[in-house]
Amino acid sequence: MLKLEAQRTAYGETLVELGNEIDNLVVMDADLAHATQTFKFAEKYKERFFNMGIAEQNMIGVASGLALSGYIPFVSTFALFGAGRAYEQIRNSVCYPRSNVKVAVTHGGISVGEDGGSHQSIEDIALMRVLPNMTVIVPCDAVETKKAVKAAAIFEGPVYIRIARSPSAVLTDENHEFKIGKGYKLREGEDISIFATGIMTAEAVLAAQKLAEDGISASVVNIHTIKPLDNELILAEAKKTGAVVTVEEHSIIGGLGGAISELLIGNGAIKMKRIGVEDRFGQSGDPESLLKEYDLTSDNIVSQCKKLLHK
Amino acid sequence: MEEKELQEKALEVRKNIIKMIYEAKSGHPGGSLSMVEILIALYFSKMNIDTNNKGWENRDRLVLSKGHGAPALYAVLAERGYFDKEELISLRKIGSRLQGHPDLHKLPGVDASTGSLGQGISIAVGMALGAKLKKAGYNIYCIIGDGEAQEGQVWEACMSAAHYNLDNFTLILDYNKLQIDGTNNEVMSLGDVYKKFESFGFEVLNINGNEFEDIFKALDSKVNNKPKCIIAETVKGKGVSFMENCVGWHGKAPNNEEMQLALEELGRS
Repeated sequence: MLKLEAQRTAYGETLVELGNEIDNLVVMDADLAHATQTFKFAEKYKERFFNMGIAEQNMIGVASGLALSGYIPFVSTFALFGAGRAYEQIRNSVCYPRSNVKVAVTHGGISVGEDGGSHQSIEDIALMRVLPNMTVIVPCDAVETKKAVKAAAIFEGPVYIRIARSPSAVLTDENHEFKIGKGYKLREGEDISIFATGIMTAEAVLAAQKLAEDGISASVVNIHTIKPLDNELILAEAKKTGAVVTVEEHSIIGGLGGAISELLIGNGAIKMKRIGVEDRFGQSGDPESLLKEYDLTSDNIVSQCKKLLHK
Repeated sequence: MEEKELQEKALEVRKNIIKMIYEAKSGHPGGSLSMVEILIALYFSKMNIDTNNKGWENRDRLVLSKGHGAPALYAVLAERGYFDKEELISLRKIGSRLQGHPDLHKLPGVDASTGSLGQGISIAVGMALGAKLKKAGYNIYCIIGDGEAQEGQVWEACMSAAHYNLDNFTLILDYNKLQIDGTNNEVMSLGDVYKKFESFGFEVLNINGNEFEDIFKALDSKVNNKPKCIIAETVKGKGVSFMENCVGWHGKAPNNEEMQLALEELGRS
């Protein structure tokens, strides 16, 4: 059994580390500093933390102004209120002028849990991915969250990082090299390729283990950067197995599955299935029950893989 | 600079605004003409800038939040020597550095990319906050339109400017009282803007925004520990009789005859 750890906890801790290393790093929040864990940075670096109140649109613009003044702002709120509420601000005040703003939002996906559908962002990857100049990162676990936040801090340009709220399996360790735009294989396989992102990556690995017991060899590729997509790796892998399954805690429209579909069109006949939230809103419940209700489980990945391979 | 000289500059800028928008066959003459004196007062006198070192870190900055007034900004920047005046007629054309709304990466002198209303003011607040954090002494000026003040984000930004005691931040409301669909009062009443900005924590000054003396007095007035808001009562379309106070000239280019007529009027005055 893998250790459980919340990505947001890792996020908060990493900001504190970075605060010590990078003098011009500033953090902003919209009255959710405890939920997003930015309060840890606020406690240590009071003068470099700005609570902007419940006013996300202004927060994004102020972040852009700080970036234009030479600072590296990490802006946090829930995924829905960042990518959703302040969408046009991210477009016009951050991406259009290529401001060096890091939109690091927590509570992505339905594993938010009890707060329910109004607070569970299932569309943010799609919204952010379509913006020119934006880099979109969805870490698979707490360890990768740390690496992603550090990489974003030294990356020049707008970055969106989607961070999960609830504790989830820690799948990777210090030996997994993190490079923005470069996915990596967690498992080799010959029959089918599973591309996963975020907390679903752990389910994908579990599914591959179960498939192996049934004689199906599945590779698992962690696609932590949705944009720029690792075209080379994905195409090579898809051509090798000819069967692709994508898994994400996001709408099946426009996210990882959407991005890979777009890539694969025109690259030969490849069987494909997208696993994600099937175009419906979330609801209240504990994270585990919700993931089951929405078929975001290793068991469903197993059955979808078998279906795709007619086995 | 003497007021007479500033007046001459204003006239020159107004003529260029008319020519640019005529050549572009689109653009916003009304709200460009209304704020000419404000921009000239800032760029020719008040703002601490260096045209030989345009990106100088400690320069004062101007964010034209009402980005559709770009022709006025461009004409003033060219007049001030940021780029050649011949380039002005490339406004809105393919490949031009003079975008329909200001783009900071394209044109030197533009401090922020703006145009989507309500957003520039937040960027300006961020710059003022950044200056405070750096303990730098430069000032941030921001011009918003009155129609723009209907955007909720404007008030979010005002709240934050006061919360962080940004006395290096001057907000200027180009209060010409007209917007695309009609008067402010017809479209969405702004109420008592003086009291609104005051209650949001600003030091508020009400002036005639087309009079240099008024503008300088307001820009020079000292504030402590709070941001300043200058309510600049202006005339939309100022300087061209048939455009003055006329809603129809918010976002319409003059035809050849109208352009000639406007230039004649400006030449005469």
